[in-house]
Amino acid sequence: MAELSLRDVVKRYGDIDIVHGISLDIADGEFVVIVGPSGCGKSTTLRMIAGLESLSGGTISIGGRVVNTLEPKERNIAMVFQNYALYPHMTVFRNIAFGLYAARLPKAEIELRVRKAATLLGLTDLLDRRPSALSGGQRQRVAMGRAIVRDPTVFLFDEPLSNLDAQLRGQMRTEIKRLHHTIRTTIVYVTHDQVEAMTLADRIVIMRDGRIEQMGHPLDVFHHPASTFVAGFIGTPKMNLVEVGVQADAADARLDLGGGAALGLPQGAARIGGRSRIILGIRPDDLQIRPVGQAGAGDGVRHLSGEVVLSEPLGSTTQVISRIGGSEWIGMSDGHFIPTPGSRITMIPDARRLHLFDIATGKAIADGGTEVGTHLG
Amino acid sequence: MSTPLNAPSAPRDPFVAASGVRTRPGLVVAWTLLMMGGIAMMVPLVYMVATSLKFPHEVYDLNIIPKEPTFENYIYIFKNTRFGLWFVNSLVTSTFVTISVLFFDSLIGYTLAKFKFRGREIVFIAILTTLMIPTEMLVVPWYIMAKNFGWLNSYWGIMFPGLMTGFGVFLMRQFFSGIPDDYIHAARVDGLGEFRIWWVVAMPLVAPALSALTIFTFLGNWTAFLWPLIATNDRGLYTMPVGLASFSGEYLTDWELIMAGATIATLPTLVVFLVFQRYIIRGVVLAGIKG
Repeated sequence: MAELSLRDVVKRYGDIDIVHGISLDIADGEFVVIVGPSGCGKSTTLRMIAGLESLSGGTISIGGRVVNTLEPKERNIAMVFQNYALYPHMTVFRNIAFGLYAARLPKAEIELRVRKAATLLGLTDLLDRRPSALSGGQRQRVAMGRAIVRDPTVFLFDEPLSNLDAQLRGQMRTEIKRLHHTIRTTIVYVTHDQVEAMTLADRIVIMRDGRIEQMGHPLDVFHHPASTFVAGFIGTPKMNLVEVGVQADAADARLDLGGGAALGLPQGAARIGGRSRIILGIRPDDLQIRPVGQAGAGDGVRHLSGEVVLSEPLGSTTQVISRIGGSEWIGMSDGHFIPTPGSRITMIPDARRLHLFDIATGKAIADGGTEVGTHLG
Repeated sequence: MSTPLNAPSAPRDPFVAASGVRTRPGLVVAWTLLMMGGIAMMVPLVYMVATSLKFPHEVYDLNIIPKEPTFENYIYIFKNTRFGLWFVNSLVTSTFVTISVLFFDSLIGYTLAKFKFRGREIVFIAILTTLMIPTEMLVVPWYIMAKNFGWLNSYWGIMFPGLMTGFGVFLMRQFFSGIPDDYIHAARVDGLGEFRIWWVVAMPLVAPALSALTIFTFLGNWTAFLWPLIATNDRGLYTMPVGLASFSGEYLTDWELIMAGATIATLPTLVVFLVFQRYIIRGVVLAGIKG
């Protein structure tokens, strides 16, 4: 086990920078998930850590040792690939033992380690099979087994679950998390799936266009997104992000949602900082949908009125898309309430969970904790 | 369209045989053409075997089954000619050249497919251009080279032009290009050196291509005539095609002996084909990768 450190790491292909000098410190035993859309440089970063891509600048060190010029095999890392990369001409046993044979370990030691890993991953009965006779989940486990047996200092996962169906992905996610609890090795895990990132990570690193957009504990990132990009990327369904006008007096501010609807931001003028327009973000879970007239006790006047565009029943909740003024908002209602399109509903934003972003930079200017009052138009 | 077989009122489908097996007109045409092709290919072979079992006076009769079948011709070529030696010469040179081609062409093909280096495309194109030069044009430079180096009348002289082939490099490069890089990366992370990655990981994944290359190269060298004829004039170094051709004189051709030799000559090619063809058919390359 070892800590891993990236300092101003740059990757350049010709004149194009793919990774723009990122720095990241990963503690010993930490589970870090790098997440971002396709082409954000996350896989390239992982491959640079593995030694499969050279660095154009900066340093990478593992356990305090700079590994920039070391071959992959000299870095004592193990990697699980998106396509598993199991050798079709070898049995599961040979596949798992592959790195151990390469290291010329004694036969008895290889046997012992493979059996141990197979037990841990539930592969004991499959050791004599070829990869072609395994299901997707089993292949994935073999790929992990191949990584575990080598007892590496750092595990690298490159989108390991993206080829599995949704149900199996959830199951394997749990297994990976359990595995980390058991072996406690430093893990760097790359994915474009924010659910995987949220559920697995001790710390999330969100990348965009070769830069780190934000990093932190998953819930921290979820509740305090640093930009509209992070706000839109983390969380399902996606956060509502709508451009709104601002009217502010000496102390208070008012967000104009269009169509006459407005949200008040008491004592919000200082935070708004003289901007005339901002982006308002509300997570669908923080925007309750109720039938008109059932705003509920204690909600006071903090509700908005909207017209339903579409209802999507999810069972225990219903996802409701409704329109206020010219913009559409996604909110959640009770599973028993499925409003019909065209009808009017009441929308109750959670006053403590409003996110405000600058229009020009997309950066957060104020988030949770900002109290609001609502003015019905 | 499915027709219930025992429905009395339904009109009989003309393409469903009485046995219930459905035949399509396209299939009938295909089978007929394939059979005609098969017969056209088989007839010379059948005559070859038949003639090899005949006495000289019967050779020009077109009957397939000899009136007095005999193995005299076989016994004769082994007893009174150096046929056995020619067979060994052919076997040694063809096998050695095939092994060399498999080794070097796959190594070059792998390098061209999986390593990025300056001039890679130019090297590949240069190798491809060698495919476009006919053997007849190369024979003179080969001869001058062999003469200057003293390679005439030696195994090496027969083999050297074929030890690496442009075709083999091209074939192997194309197949190696189809192997996902993740296999190679995984092996690299697992601690294998580049040569072992090629040998342990990449080579088994292109087994079908290696089989095809084995068949092509072995057959090509086994039947090669022009260069072995030029490179050798010592009868003891003749390869089989050259030796067989020597049965054909200016005034007289011993067809029954040539056919007996040719019959024996086809046996190794049959073995090579039967052993390696199943590897071509079995395409296992992608079983470990889900894409």
